[in-house]
Amino acid sequence: MSAILPPTERLWYKHPIDRVEGTWIAIALTWCLIMFFMMIGWHIWGKQNLSTETYRTTPEQFTTKAQAVVDKWTVRTETDQNIPVVAPPPGSDVYLVARLWSFWPILELEKDKTYRLHLTSLDYNHGFSLQPVNINIQIVPGFEHVVTVTPNQSGTYSIVCNEYCGIGHHQMVGRLYVK
Amino acid sequence: MSIATTYRTCPRSGLQFESQAEWLIKANAFVAVVWLLIGGLLAIGVVLTRWPAVHWLEAQTFYMALTAHGLDMLIFWIIFFEIAVLYFCASTLLRCRIATPRIAWLAFALMIIGSVVNNIAVFRGASSVMMTSYVPMMAEPNFYLGLILFAVGALIACFVFFGTLVVAKNEKTYEGSVPLVTFGAITAAIIAVFTLVSGAIILIPTWLKSLGVIDQVDPLAYRTIWWALGHSSQQINVAAHISVWYLVAAIAFGAKPMSERVSRTAFLLYILFLQLASAHHLLADPGLSTGWKVLNTSYFMYFAVLASMLHGLTIPGAMEVAQRQKGYTKGLFEWLRKAPWGNPTFSGVFIAIIGFGFLGGISGVMMGTEQLNMIIHNTIYVPGHFHATVVIGTTLTFMALTYYLIPVLFRREMIAPQLAKWQPYLFGFSMYFFTLVMMGAGTLGVSRRHWDMAFQGNALAYEWPGAAYLMMGLVGISGLAAIAGGAIYIYVTVGSLLWGRRLERGETSPKFTPVPRAAPTLVAQTYGSAGFAAPGTFVLAMVFLVAFVLYYFINWKYLSTVWGLS
Repeated sequence: MSAILPPTERLWYKHPIDRVEGTWIAIALTWCLIMFFMMIGWHIWGKQNLSTETYRTTPEQFTTKAQAVVDKWTVRTETDQNIPVVAPPPGSDVYLVARLWSFWPILELEKDKTYRLHLTSLDYNHGFSLQPVNINIQIVPGFEHVVTVTPNQSGTYSIVCNEYCGIGHHQMVGRLYVK
Repeated sequence: MSIATTYRTCPRSGLQFESQAEWLIKANAFVAVVWLLIGGLLAIGVVLTRWPAVHWLEAQTFYMALTAHGLDMLIFWIIFFEIAVLYFCASTLLRCRIATPRIAWLAFALMIIGSVVNNIAVFRGASSVMMTSYVPMMAEPNFYLGLILFAVGALIACFVFFGTLVVAKNEKTYEGSVPLVTFGAITAAIIAVFTLVSGAIILIPTWLKSLGVIDQVDPLAYRTIWWALGHSSQQINVAAHISVWYLVAAIAFGAKPMSERVSRTAFLLYILFLQLASAHHLLADPGLSTGWKVLNTSYFMYFAVLASMLHGLTIPGAMEVAQRQKGYTKGLFEWLRKAPWGNPTFSGVFIAIIGFGFLGGISGVMMGTEQLNMIIHNTIYVPGHFHATVVIGTTLTFMALTYYLIPVLFRREMIAPQLAKWQPYLFGFSMYFFTLVMMGAGTLGVSRRHWDMAFQGNALAYEWPGAAYLMMGLVGISGLAAIAGGAIYIYVTVGSLLWGRRLERGETSPKFTPVPRAAPTLVAQTYGSAGFAAPGTFVLAMVFLVAFVLYYFINWKYLSTVWGLS
């Protein structure tokens, strides 16, 4: 029962290593390094990396910018709350406001075109969960996160809030179109 | 220095319990089980609400129950039990008196007060902020105060543990190095100090904010520091339950560690790298650099993952070597077939090892990969993963250990041994299934902490695929099966304490008997085949590796098909 008794040999760090263990250490270490370099490699060769471009912001600053884009590029409104559907030109800056308990506005993007998507929350933490693609990004109040997105399939997408944000959390869902 | 105390030698196990330590271990373990009971009752509400066809609780009650379930299970049940394990690994295994028993009782009292104050705040209903309590969403001040008191109590208990090690060293109750199990417990306690201090650092200002003393706590700073509590506290669990695995291997098989050097180095890797784990929760966050995320989420090149992979080999390996020495040498797996599967202490631990590795470990590394995190962040995949690590890994291990402690520590004959024999299978396998379907639903995008996946009454409602509803239904069914397994555990343990036949105390003496040293390590090479001491375990490890590699790259493959992000 030596795991619960002091080891016989005074210097445990000089114990011999069994062949099973030695082989496994070599294999496991190799795998660990492969996984580590995979993350770095994806930044070089992969096409899905989360941007780190972030600015401090306030609800007023962000809302002003978002409102300007909405005023300029709204093509129609939807639902009885008249949520504007905004279709900014490819390559431009688009804004998505997360607040208790909705996403605003509805964005309409073009397939295979790139946009700079600005995300922030006006109050609590929220989650940007794009379905059914299943891309998930945290939205933290006070921080404007600029993510460059390139939709690769057209269709109707939903944005589900998947960070708990209070009693209306499960009502917080938005929409996004890709043409 | 002599202090008036007595040492009881257990006639069933040969373990020696110092009277103060014995009471402290019993008290902490008992309170832990009470929290498990409360958390388990709350689990019924959570599971039956997330089962779409049942959708039992009202939204407000659901969020409250979920907040309480998280805290009671992840913090209170586990840490109370861990304090019991720490005292056991110091005082009992080293056969020495516990340092400053009065202060240990003070720690115990603080932990009880803290946990009760916190729970009262939650059940008043205005603190449904989830376990994570991200600012600026605020709970009642007592929510934070309770957690702070609990953390301070647990911190004091860790220092009592360290003090006990010093006592053992000074009073020469053992020679040479501490046993491996104690070594693992030291790892757990060191990580616990880091964790609890982090918790205090961020919860104290948050408490002050809730009182209106200060205006603002930065939301991102909160997340970063809070997760040094939230995730690192799970690393205490890992270090603690792995120590218990070594303990059970020693108890059930008389197994020696294959190599003290490998096992202890693996524990050292935990101390060096596990604290970086905060990053796992911030991979989808703004404001943090890629380099920071990559380095931290990988525990600095996955060295802590390496450590777990080593323990995952050496523990079954040690069992295999011990079994082969007893003559179970046929083929690759006779040692495993002839293992004591009817003994819940062994079966619980073995089910925990396999589930922790295959379900918890692989999914954990996948979701902790910077880019892959985007396809699971905050989905129900996340609780799927941590129910595999914390419930299958830690909770099941602690349950298995309890079955050993009932006669040894509590001196009661176990009631309903047949039920106890089946309990690890029912609980373990239903949790296997539960975590798998949760991860399945998460892969389809279903959110965690969400009351209504149907978004009823919302004009923009998203319709989840039918498979997601099916998976969530299975979450409900398997969750209930696991809760039944938990109920059996509570019935057997509490029932044994109340109605079990009392067992003899064994001899009591005013002095400890020093711990003997282990028999010299044999070079185990002769027992295996092809020069491998534990060929069966090695084959299992290779199966694990293949599953790991395949699953890892399947997720990369999926990621490569989603929208371009940069």
